[in-house]
Amino acid sequence: MPDSVTAAARRLLPSSVLGRNLLGVLAGLLVVVVVLELTGPFRNSQFATMSYYAIAAVGLTVLTGLNGQISLGHGALMAVGAYTTGLLLETGAVPFPVAMLAAAAVTALAGVVVGAAAARLHGPYLAGATLALAVGVPGLAIYFDGVFGGEQGLRVSSPRPPDWLADAVYFVTAGDLTSARYLAYIGWITLLAVLLLLANLTASRYGRIWRAVRDDEVAAELAGVRLGRMRVLAFVVSAACAGLGGAVLAMVVRLAAPSGFTIVLSLSLLTAVVVGGLGSLTGALLGSALLVFLPPAVTGLGTDLGLTGTQAAELAPLVYGVVLVVVMLVAPGGVLGAVHRLRHAWTRRRQGARDVGAVGSSKQGG
Amino acid sequence: MTSPGTSETTGRAGTGHRHARGRPDPAPLFAVSGVTVRFGGLTALDDVSLAVRPHEVHGVIGPNGAGKTTLFNVCCGFVRPDAGTISRHGTPLTDLRPHRLAGMGVARTLQGLGLFRGLTVTENVMVGADRFRRSGFVSALLALPRSAADERALRERAWRAMSDAGVAEFAGRYPGSLPYAVQKRVALARALAADPELLLLDEPASGLGHDEISELGAFVRGLAERMSIVLVDHHMDLVMSVCDRITVLDFGRVVAAGAPEEVRDDPAVVDAYLGEEAHRGGSDGNDGNDGNDG
Repeated sequence: MPDSVTAAARRLLPSSVLGRNLLGVLAGLLVVVVVLELTGPFRNSQFATMSYYAIAAVGLTVLTGLNGQISLGHGALMAVGAYTTGLLLETGAVPFPVAMLAAAAVTALAGVVVGAAAARLHGPYLAGATLALAVGVPGLAIYFDGVFGGEQGLRVSSPRPPDWLADAVYFVTAGDLTSARYLAYIGWITLLAVLLLLANLTASRYGRIWRAVRDDEVAAELAGVRLGRMRVLAFVVSAACAGLGGAVLAMVVRLAAPSGFTIVLSLSLLTAVVVGGLGSLTGALLGSALLVFLPPAVTGLGTDLGLTGTQAAELAPLVYGVVLVVVMLVAPGGVLGAVHRLRHAWTRRRQGARDVGAVGSSKQGG
Repeated sequence: MTSPGTSETTGRAGTGHRHARGRPDPAPLFAVSGVTVRFGGLTALDDVSLAVRPHEVHGVIGPNGAGKTTLFNVCCGFVRPDAGTISRHGTPLTDLRPHRLAGMGVARTLQGLGLFRGLTVTENVMVGADRFRRSGFVSALLALPRSAADERALRERAWRAMSDAGVAEFAGRYPGSLPYAVQKRVALARALAADPELLLLDEPASGLGHDEISELGAFVRGLAERMSIVLVDHHMDLVMSVCDRITVLDFGRVVAAGAPEEVRDDPAVVDAYLGEEAHRGGSDGNDGNDGNDG
């Protein structure tokens, strides 16, 4: 019976990639509206924080998970996006969506340069080169302090909700469109747009070729794939996402400063991607949520247990580290990998010894 | 495995068999002439020439270390020859690169299979068909209808290649979960999906059982209806029964070339390699293959 239900549900879903992905994004938008409207300013700003981590993380999972290139420099790419946004908004002449697109474009351009260098490197050498990026870029901001504001950084004037929008929201929900909520909306709508485009890409030829290059270079090359070009393309797509994430970060934090883009940011993104499940967009979302919501939850728990403020605050990175180690030991495929494995085991038990090979259709991994 | 050709092609009994040999040298589809490769002080290939005619199965044999794989790597652009030329339809290929091969209609299987373990069988074979894609990055990013149509066309090509190679029933499986013999056929399907005019098979019979090898032989003969094939293998029965012509390498030099029976009786070949193998092959008394009856 559940089989016929899922079959009926599958018939209702659109058959095209675009239709399916659009439907998913619209459902996501509905959830976002409900959640943001039902939560207060503090949670709103947490969701805004999660959105910029997630935008960068979904881009990183395409690069690292699908194409097999590790990057410890995505924090630096976010900095490129953040500073671009800050500089453009400072002029006062550029509307914020244009500034965000420009940030994505500039970072994509940086991605071409870094990607071209990275395409020739493997494993630890690639990690080292991108690490240098993470260390070097914030230094540039300090060196050219006339333009980038040095250690103090750039103050970024966040966009304010236009009056007509605030009125419209008040009319519908009888609630104020606070600044925090508006920024969270900007972040999440950007994230959903990025998810739509990346889901399209991973289901297409490009997702397949990226994975093929990751799995066997020689065989991919013999099939006519230009390895370097595909690697650089993955890097550029990933960098554009990081740039957009940086743009949202700048507007949410209202600041683009070197201290915000340390190596810790790059490592956090990488752990988010790995903990969630390498190569999966949903996994990257899960990892970003963990990144944002776990530390305050742990700190809160610590204070409840009678720890002092400092002790409780130090508990958070400890627990995060423990979670990372446990996930790597228990579920190397990340949270999502573990879920898939459980589901697989369950269906296999239900099907008994029925031959899986008889299933003729293939599913795209997402 | 189903024979893809229209005519009955079993062993050397088929009517279309060796039709390439009697003719007065048609223009070679693919030719290697005077190729020399040195690795440091070692000469891996020394003035090697080889011409593959249309619809011909051409065997390359020789003892271990004779330079067979190096020759394949030269044909694929993985190794640059120190001297000599490679030409296709009479045109020299000056800047041969591996990624350009597929576009020229040359496909190759690898000794180590090189299947993409994170891709399903269908996806593996679709990568092989990738040279037939028509839509670009933007249509994939926006999932435009053009991209969807492209994917359908590639899937269809992959499906045909999988049916030919007899692996369609494993479409949704991952290569790692399949027996080795099936994985080899998936790799073959991936090469066929490129719809090549020249197929380079690197040890297609290694690791296969006796029956699977005879099946493979019939399949390769059937493929010759559609393309030329260069075959490197150690299984003498297979090479002798399937190939129209054979080139024998020893220490990087061509010691003999010609039809199987000529090559087999050549004293240089017997010296280098075949003597021992042929006697062993003859004592096996192979049915279905009459390669040792001469």
